[in-house]
Amino acid sequence: MAEKKTRKEPAARKDTKKAVTKATHAPAPAATSPDKDLGKGARIGVYICHCGTNIAGSVDILAVQEYAKTLPNVAHVDNYQYMCSTPGQKKIEEDIKEHKLTGIVVAACSPRLHEPTFRTATKTGGLNPFRFEMANIREQGSWVHMHDREGATAKAKDAIRIAVAKAALLQDLIPKSVPVTKAALVVGAGVAGMQAALDLANAGIKTYLVEKSPTIGGRMSQLDKTFPTLDCSQCILTPKMVDVGRNPNIELMTYSEIEEVEGYIGNFDVTIRKKARGVLTPAEAEARGIVGGGCNGCGDCDTVCPVIKPNPFEMGMKPRKAIYIYHPQVVPLIYTVDFDSCVKCGLCVEACGEKKAIDLEMKDELIKVKVGTAILALGYDIFPIEKKEEWGYKKYENVVTSLEFERLICASGPTGGHLVRPSDGKTPKKVAFLLCAGSRDNTGVGKPYCSRFCCMYSLKHAHQIIEKIPGCQPYIFYMDIRSFGKMYEEFYYRIQDEGAKFIRGRVSNVLEDPVTKNLYVMADDTLLDRPMKLEVDMVVLAAAVQPSADTDRTRKLFGVSCSLDGWLLEAHPKLNPCGTTTAGVFLAGVCQGPKDIPDTVASAEGAASAASIPIHMGEVELEPYFAQCIEEKCAGCGMCVNLCPYQALSLVEKEGRKVMQVTEAKCKGCGTCGGFCPGGAIWMQHFATPQIVAQIDAFLLGGEQ
Amino acid sequence: MAEQEWKPKILGIICNWCSYAGADLAGSARTQYPPDIRIIRVMCTGRIDPLFIMKAFVDGADGVLVSGCHFGDCHYLEGNYKAAKRMFILKSLLRNIGLEDKRLRMTFVSASEGAKWAVVVKDVVDTITNLGPSPLKEIGR
Repeated sequence: MAEKKTRKEPAARKDTKKAVTKATHAPAPAATSPDKDLGKGARIGVYICHCGTNIAGSVDILAVQEYAKTLPNVAHVDNYQYMCSTPGQKKIEEDIKEHKLTGIVVAACSPRLHEPTFRTATKTGGLNPFRFEMANIREQGSWVHMHDREGATAKAKDAIRIAVAKAALLQDLIPKSVPVTKAALVVGAGVAGMQAALDLANAGIKTYLVEKSPTIGGRMSQLDKTFPTLDCSQCILTPKMVDVGRNPNIELMTYSEIEEVEGYIGNFDVTIRKKARGVLTPAEAEARGIVGGGCNGCGDCDTVCPVIKPNPFEMGMKPRKAIYIYHPQVVPLIYTVDFDSCVKCGLCVEACGEKKAIDLEMKDELIKVKVGTAILALGYDIFPIEKKEEWGYKKYENVVTSLEFERLICASGPTGGHLVRPSDGKTPKKVAFLLCAGSRDNTGVGKPYCSRFCCMYSLKHAHQIIEKIPGCQPYIFYMDIRSFGKMYEEFYYRIQDEGAKFIRGRVSNVLEDPVTKNLYVMADDTLLDRPMKLEVDMVVLAAAVQPSADTDRTRKLFGVSCSLDGWLLEAHPKLNPCGTTTAGVFLAGVCQGPKDIPDTVASAEGAASAASIPIHMGEVELEPYFAQCIEEKCAGCGMCVNLCPYQALSLVEKEGRKVMQVTEAKCKGCGTCGGFCPGGAIWMQHFATPQIVAQIDAFLLGGEQ
Repeated sequence: MAEQEWKPKILGIICNWCSYAGADLAGSARTQYPPDIRIIRVMCTGRIDPLFIMKAFVDGADGVLVSGCHFGDCHYLEGNYKAAKRMFILKSLLRNIGLEDKRLRMTFVSASEGAKWAVVVKDVVDTITNLGPSPLKEIGR
């Protein structure tokens, strides 16, 4: 082992030289320091931030400062209350000149938070911004060792020593500017996706709006009324749907899914699978030379189709044919063939006649588009509430979910807006609403989070039955009523005044009378502190929401993370709720976490604005963490070429032998090649082998180089 | 160093996108864990040359923690698979040279798993503390 060590170290030093030589003739990074100087003559400035008492409360700042002064290459050490403040940054800017610093270390919070701030200060002071290194002594120091001052102080000293060792070997790097394609992608055309697409399109950006179902509109189009204004959901949504349908900047792709995503911010190459719809639009018909043909939505095919299936838009409570539209207001008004149930009898083709809109042999198509930024608006599904067996969903006919209730009370729904019991078609006189059905559930069956909009729509449901069915009594079983939005609390009072009964208690059990099909709701009334048993005609479960079925697959294509419960992870929960850690990919609506309609629309507008910025800027800077080939060391084995997930590497012929070459625009800087190369011939900029080895040595050998 | 004062020297090499973010989240949530670990940030666990880890052991590390994204969640598609493969091979190498392979640990902590990060660090510190100082420490010097 000792032998290995001695062999490794000179190799590392050699790396350093070669890389700088390399960097001088590489296109992007301009190395200003001659190779001999890398790491030698380094003068590092170290700044220790108190962050008020956030750091100083658990770390002995002065002890750390005294320690930092003893480290090799450290030319100047200072501390300050808030390094990120203007005076804090000024210190760096002025000291660079005064102390002729070549590198900066700030020991403060996480680089994920303030690295850009201090890079800017480093740049303002006259150094290359990549000559900055951060020591995280807050998130990974004082905050996690709050009551261990000695441990936290020792850890801070080590963190600074490690950072100084790297800072001494940092190089000048120049970020690569790449042009941004003036087009955007929005995935999902519910109200969030539609709003985002409209905003982008109205800002003059060509927008591809991809929706997996045959129509746009999403969940909102299934709702009857919206709280607290009681606007008809369809009435306020359909104008937007029509706008989307005819906006010249929006290319609407319904019944389509994202198949593959390649590239990076500014230049995403997206492959979209246009599923075989079996029906031609007028434009597609014209392209096939059928003049005046294509689907006009007349529905003649629907009339003759012999196959009957449940309509998922009506939550399966209304039939549709194998050739279908979800509802009369669909956009685009084009029928779709469900090839899973179509028997290919050809009756629809006959009925369609001269329009020749139906092609039962249609195949899926793959379409490639190029976009600069993308927005995910993937929406939600209802939690399968039958998993909470105690409430009897799918066991008792008269237990329905709130989304089924929406369709049953909606004038365009399966019953024409007459609320009836599924078991016998009778109008119910007593309806129980069970809130937090599967939400705020720590049993492991349901979801631990609050689904946020169930309280409000259940109040609306109570209002609707009071209004529509004279004498019908709603009972609302709740844990807390969360009516936090604008005019929401007032709406709650109104429903109380209208006579809805509120029972604070979680329902333990729902049982059915097998003869009458009435239901017994068992609960504990926690305000009156007594158990109760209530006979009702119908139970409505305000089921929890969960990420839509396709969310996990789609997010992975875009490299977006999710939290434990599956909702997509924003770049920062408070300050960047629409961004993600993948540059150029943004989130809109419920896929980021449960939201009501106003919040969804606001988040969509935010995402659209964020997604339009790089496009309007015209170019973006990529962090220059590219791989570089040290050609003298490269044996041309080509192992790295296959390791690269982005096809950024290739073998080229140079001076009679094969060496690896990096296409910088494709390289994302992961370093998978550099972690493997058996000859140590790959130089990962900013995470180079000598830099990392110096960090390891600094930690374990106490800073000796 | 007196026996009762011995604290393990543990190096953590963790990826920027998942585990480093998870460790930051543990910080924001003030989740407490033992301080006996020092972190080096890389963009992806795929960057980790097994020689880095050998170097750490030669330098006298008592344990090394490599932590990345969950499988399928890698910011660079598959760097964590590559890393896991390398760590797997490296572990057998450690056994071959007579070093307990428990001294090297690879875990997967996502950006939303702050609490898990704290549990992982505590567990690693406990494991290494129970193993005692690395036998390489004496030979290496």
